[in-house]
Amino acid sequence: MPGTEYILAALSPTNILLALGGVIAGTVIGSLPGLTATMAIAVLVPITFTMDPASALIMLGAIYTGAVYGGAYSAILLNTPGTPSAIATTLDGYPMAKKGDGDLAVTLACIASVFGGLVGAAFLLMLAPPLAAIALAFGPVEYFWLAIFGLTLISALSEGNLLKGLIGGCFGMLLACIGVAEISADVRLTFGSELLLGGVEIISALIGLYCIPVLIDLVATPDRHLNVSGESRGIRLKEALVISLKGKWNLIRSSVIGTVVGILPGAGGSIAGLVSYTEARRASKNSEMFGKGAPEGIQAAESANNATVGGGFIPTLVLGIPGTPPDAVILGALLVQGVRVGPNLFTAESSIVYTFITGLFLATVLMLPTGLIIGRYAYRTIISVPKSMLVATVAFMTMIGTYSIRNSVSDVFVMIVLGIMGWVLNRFGFQPSPIVLGLILSRIAEQGFVQSWTIASATGGYFQMFFGRPISLGIIAAIILSLFGPLLMRRFQLKQEMNNAE
Amino acid sequence: MKLLSKSFMAIATALLTVSAGGAYAADYPDQQVNYVIPFGPGGESDITARHQQPYFKKLFGQNLVISYKPGGGGAVGWSQLNKMKGDGYNIMGINLPHIIIKPRQKNVGFTTEDIVGVYIFHYTPDAIVVKNDSPFKTLQDLVDFAKKNPGQLTLSGSGKGTANHLAQVNFDKQAGIKTTYVAFKGTGAAVQALLGDQVKAEWGYTSVGAKHAEKVRMLAVAMDKRHPKFPDVPTFKELGFDLVSGAYRGIAVPKSTPEDIRKKLSDAIGKINADPEFQKRMINDGMALLDVDYAGMKAFIDEKTKSYVEAAKAGGVLK
Repeated sequence: MPGTEYILAALSPTNILLALGGVIAGTVIGSLPGLTATMAIAVLVPITFTMDPASALIMLGAIYTGAVYGGAYSAILLNTPGTPSAIATTLDGYPMAKKGDGDLAVTLACIASVFGGLVGAAFLLMLAPPLAAIALAFGPVEYFWLAIFGLTLISALSEGNLLKGLIGGCFGMLLACIGVAEISADVRLTFGSELLLGGVEIISALIGLYCIPVLIDLVATPDRHLNVSGESRGIRLKEALVISLKGKWNLIRSSVIGTVVGILPGAGGSIAGLVSYTEARRASKNSEMFGKGAPEGIQAAESANNATVGGGFIPTLVLGIPGTPPDAVILGALLVQGVRVGPNLFTAESSIVYTFITGLFLATVLMLPTGLIIGRYAYRTIISVPKSMLVATVAFMTMIGTYSIRNSVSDVFVMIVLGIMGWVLNRFGFQPSPIVLGLILSRIAEQGFVQSWTIASATGGYFQMFFGRPISLGIIAAIILSLFGPLLMRRFQLKQEMNNAE
Repeated sequence: MKLLSKSFMAIATALLTVSAGGAYAADYPDQQVNYVIPFGPGGESDITARHQQPYFKKLFGQNLVISYKPGGGGAVGWSQLNKMKGDGYNIMGINLPHIIIKPRQKNVGFTTEDIVGVYIFHYTPDAIVVKNDSPFKTLQDLVDFAKKNPGQLTLSGSGKGTANHLAQVNFDKQAGIKTTYVAFKGTGAAVQALLGDQVKAEWGYTSVGAKHAEKVRMLAVAMDKRHPKFPDVPTFKELGFDLVSGAYRGIAVPKSTPEDIRKKLSDAIGKINADPEFQKRMINDGMALLDVDYAGMKAFIDEKTKSYVEAAKAGGVLK
């Protein structure tokens, strides 16, 4: 456990300033679709070489935390996840903003993010070495089942429209196959074109599928972008606090889910947000409000994705295996500085780790005031800017953002094509979320399946491999529940309605 | 906001370098050099380039600005290499066996011959890695197990058609064994599988031994001589296998780059390689320094092409 000297070290004026600057910069970057935490951190890595390792870590961690939260702004106000972590935030955030509660949604997201971030950091502080074991307990087959579980969320996300949801999911999975396959190195579905060689990049797909349809609709309809009530209501902090207090179990559950998913390398904030979102809906009394602007949806998604920050640092610092892409860059920076990660980091070089964790707490707490202020500013800007300006600015940002992810013009083409397709598909009732879910998860599922199959072929136990491991069985149970739960519920409801009718 | 303008600057530079002015070899380098890594940040290609960064500045007074163009396992970057301006201020990282194997699999927008390498500055030697508590104490133990249980020895590794995979093919052939290679996405995931007991051993790199020193042992390394950081780990050569291989990393320039600038750049990278402090850092990370300069590049690539293509055919990666 940390002593006061680490806390004091973390609270040096320099570190406080770094944490504050990092959180602000991160929030702004995260809110701009295409500018990611990974990139921001990579740009700043050379600067950190001149700093002492703990301060460097604090700054990078603060940017990361801020960026995960910042993704919520564009999710809520523009229906575009600023980062993949905010996919689930769009589901209720945008409907809420449409109804005129965008200010409340932003404040709720801020409180949930801070809460989730603190929970994740607390797990990192107290239980990092034992929790790192989770990362190792997950083998290829567990990743495979986890991805399948994620895909079953399509059925939960597209209630009443299951078939269209599934078609969308399959379309996303097909998109994921384009390009050089990640582990087999096969070149697939490029039709001989260099344009498609790099595959469909997830963030450019997000920008295309979510943001472009909104832009087209803005141009095509005379309505205002978001409804606004006449009087200014500030940041509606009191209202938001009351809702947050009421949703405390949701926040706690989502934060724990977020931490655990964060520990799994390769899973990440998008999956954490979606899993927590569906769990919150399953547990909620007014589940029919989900997708139509339920505050619980935002709370679940935002607390979970910020909890992945602390969770992701667990395998990074304990095992030297990065939990998320930003973690990989931070790990690289640490190696260049000569810091050796591993369980020893939590004992021998503990000053660095505990100073860093304290700094992470600090950054997360600082996110409350800064997040509320920036959030208010962002909301005001979006509702007051004339539509003609808004569309042009956002359209410009989508191009720059998409290009900057991989410095690739092809990604911009792919983004635009997907955007137009997304708009057309939207007319026919296809939502973007199942497509994106398919895109993200099919890569994880494919890798897990191929690896499990290869290992099973060596030992000969295919059945044992896929159905004989305790964690797998647990996930399979969750899959069955997720698949047939809604069906049974509906049957039950129908029966009740019939009874009532008689 | 400062940060933001920084990333915009990076974007702007990337866009502008295409149209930037000409260069004169005499005062090369007299402006910052744009160093494109065709992979994402945080990987070994990035980290080793980061190691070069401060020494380039120290020796030549100019900044080496690293940017990333990931996608298609490097193919996206390399397919665009020759479209960049050839003035010596646009350079790109290259990796072997990638640039040899990929274009032979399918049309990936470039051929091995399209790429003008000016220097190979190091390699990360292949190594067989096991957990500390593994029953395999020596390479012989592992070979014995594989002989008794054909196909049952599982080894994780990074990707297919990669250094790890081709080393596995080569080694199996020489040792007369059959093992099961399980490809993972990157070294991190391959190590994760090893530490989590999903596989019995890993075809990894010496850098894995350096990074995870508390938890893993290396049974042998694919080098000519033992690695200075691991004096107790034998080479495959000592144990009777002709295996010297790994992931080779170097620097290439667009085809349009003038001959004298290619040579100057080659000398510059060579000078960084000769810096004792730089060497210490690289060795500490488990890398092995290598000096293949512009003059020696063609012979080196030709030799590697021969052995890699042969292994890739045996491993079913190439037809």
